[in-house]
Amino acid sequence: MQALYAQLLVGLINGSFYALLSLGLAVIFGMLNIINFAHGALYMMGAFCAYFLLNGLGLNYWYALVIAPVAVGIFGMVLERTLLKWLAGLDHLYGLLLTFGIALIIQGVFQNYFGSSGLPYAIPSQLQGGMNLGFMFLPIYRGWVVVFSLVVCLATWYLIERTRLGAYLRAATENPNLVRAFGINVPRMITLTYGLGIGLAALAGVLSAPINQVRPLMGADLIIVVFAVVVIGGMGSIMGSVITGFALGVVEGLTKYFYPEASNTVVFVLMVLVLLVKPTGLTGRAT
Amino acid sequence: MNKKLSALMLGTALALATGTGAFAGDKVVKIGVLNDMSGLYADLAGPGSVIAAQMAVEDSGLTKKGWKIDVISADHQNKPDIGVNIARQWIDVDKVDVLADVPTSSVALAVSNLAKEKNSLLLDSGAGTSDLTNKACSPNTIHWTYDTYTLAHGTGTALTKSGGNTWFFLTADYAFGAALERDTTAAVEAAGGKVVGAVKHPLNTADFSSFLLQAQASKAKVIGLANAGGDTVNAIKQAAEFGITSGGQKLASLLMFISDVHALGLKTAKGLNLTETFYWDLNDGTRAFSKRFQERMKNHAMPTMIQAGVYSSLLHYFKALDSLGENPHDGAKMVAKMKTMPTDDPVFGKGSIEPNGRVLHPAYLFEVKSPSESKGPWDYYKLVATIPANEAFTPLDKSTCPLLKK
Repeated sequence: MQALYAQLLVGLINGSFYALLSLGLAVIFGMLNIINFAHGALYMMGAFCAYFLLNGLGLNYWYALVIAPVAVGIFGMVLERTLLKWLAGLDHLYGLLLTFGIALIIQGVFQNYFGSSGLPYAIPSQLQGGMNLGFMFLPIYRGWVVVFSLVVCLATWYLIERTRLGAYLRAATENPNLVRAFGINVPRMITLTYGLGIGLAALAGVLSAPINQVRPLMGADLIIVVFAVVVIGGMGSIMGSVITGFALGVVEGLTKYFYPEASNTVVFVLMVLVLLVKPTGLTGRAT
Repeated sequence: MNKKLSALMLGTALALATGTGAFAGDKVVKIGVLNDMSGLYADLAGPGSVIAAQMAVEDSGLTKKGWKIDVISADHQNKPDIGVNIARQWIDVDKVDVLADVPTSSVALAVSNLAKEKNSLLLDSGAGTSDLTNKACSPNTIHWTYDTYTLAHGTGTALTKSGGNTWFFLTADYAFGAALERDTTAAVEAAGGKVVGAVKHPLNTADFSSFLLQAQASKAKVIGLANAGGDTVNAIKQAAEFGITSGGQKLASLLMFISDVHALGLKTAKGLNLTETFYWDLNDGTRAFSKRFQERMKNHAMPTMIQAGVYSSLLHYFKALDSLGENPHDGAKMVAKMKTMPTDDPVFGKGSIEPNGRVLHPAYLFEVKSPSESKGPWDYYKLVATIPANEAFTPLDKSTCPLLKK
């Protein structure tokens, strides 16, 4: 029984990464209608950004937590302005192909210079060590990841669903021409939204740097699962993707305990089942 | 019109005929380096193995004697079906004579079968499974650098004898992991230890926390990592995080390469025991080879034992070609010739090839240095013990290779 609690908690930790990444994807899809396959590569860039900040400029984890999402977010906005914006109104397939190509290029460049086994990044000294919860030894850093990503997820949800800025955003996707007529700069809002989604990915990258190796393929390995999470949660549903992210982390954790061989397929089996029963995803609405 | 068409067809036929210009008795050789070029094993084999192969071509001196040697490469993505497809095309269409490297045991076993079927030649450096020279041995395959028996009898025996008498395995869920767990279990039990449990994880796992918690709960004194590359790196890093090493359990990184130690950093990796058959800083020969290799690598990495093995195996192949004076384009014949010659090169020293295709050379038990002991980049290992060639590999009388039965 103790082991079970431990696995639940571990699942929740992995779920935080799924939640942060699928949240970014949901925001981008909901607002821009783009299936952003470059998400994993930008998540990886966030982690590398943290590594460069530490080893190049001597700026520690806490600076990276702020600087990396902004820097990678700006890179994302440049991508949106120069490439993605030309695809507005076209079939989803174009956006998918473009972002997939961007991801391959970014990963290829990083792999050329850094190989595939990656670089070490230490846990910040304030968060080192762990505490004994009785049923398991919880590394403090992992606890921090769960709490921090929960806060970020809720803040993003609040920003989009409950503030005036969020209302503009949602209106702009519903009817861009009408919103423009009210004097709101819609293209700029779209760019900022893409930047926000990418920033969330980079933030997840920084959070995962001390846990995983900082590797060029760290995003490619994760992104497929995250897409399954988004599909299960319902494309474009913000709360849905957050909840599904955490829930699937837990499901995966339990699978690793009861039948480890299936742990990297269980998410996809669930995806198939959900698509069969409710093709719009658990929280999605038919349009 | 008809004339034009027939001329075109004749032209094409001629072009095709000259395109397949590999005839027994010429001096044309084609080497195909087949490995993981982009995934979790790319640093321990990958493009570095191609560089090693090119160095072997240059050092053989054959091009000066009028030989034409080409090195091509491809990415098998650690998938047996992809690996076999590439190898088949190489053999049938591109007339490749030697398949070199081929890490990832599941791919190696499949490619070895194909090499036998096509009378081609597999010089395997990267794969771990000892099955390649046991039940799956072949007259067309030579297994060069190391195998799971070596690892088990190096790290496994050493740790058990120094008090780690209960083991729990984290095993990569494919042919290599299974072979390594099996061979290590045998070595641990022979040394008086006991295996209390095991858990299989998928190849290329990012998060090991669930598996590590199970290992922790087992209370075994040693946690054996029957995996490789990125999987080993992640498992070791996360074991430190979950307080496994500070809680008194010891990690046995059964297969670990210098690229993995480099990725982990000495702070995390210090004190780990590992078994290798090559280290760049062993002697003058290895140092000279490694320096030249390092200069050619984009990220200036030192060679792993797999990459060194690609160099060594091809060098021996070229020696055999040289003594024959021409390329017979016959895999089994080349293997038979290579088996009659003792191996000798600056990288692995002197050795020999057993009738089952197993290359014998010494193995070394190393300990990873602490950051204060290391004098500079890539100064990572200190030698703990040298395992003589006859103890590092399956003894012939214990080999289950069908080739040995007459």
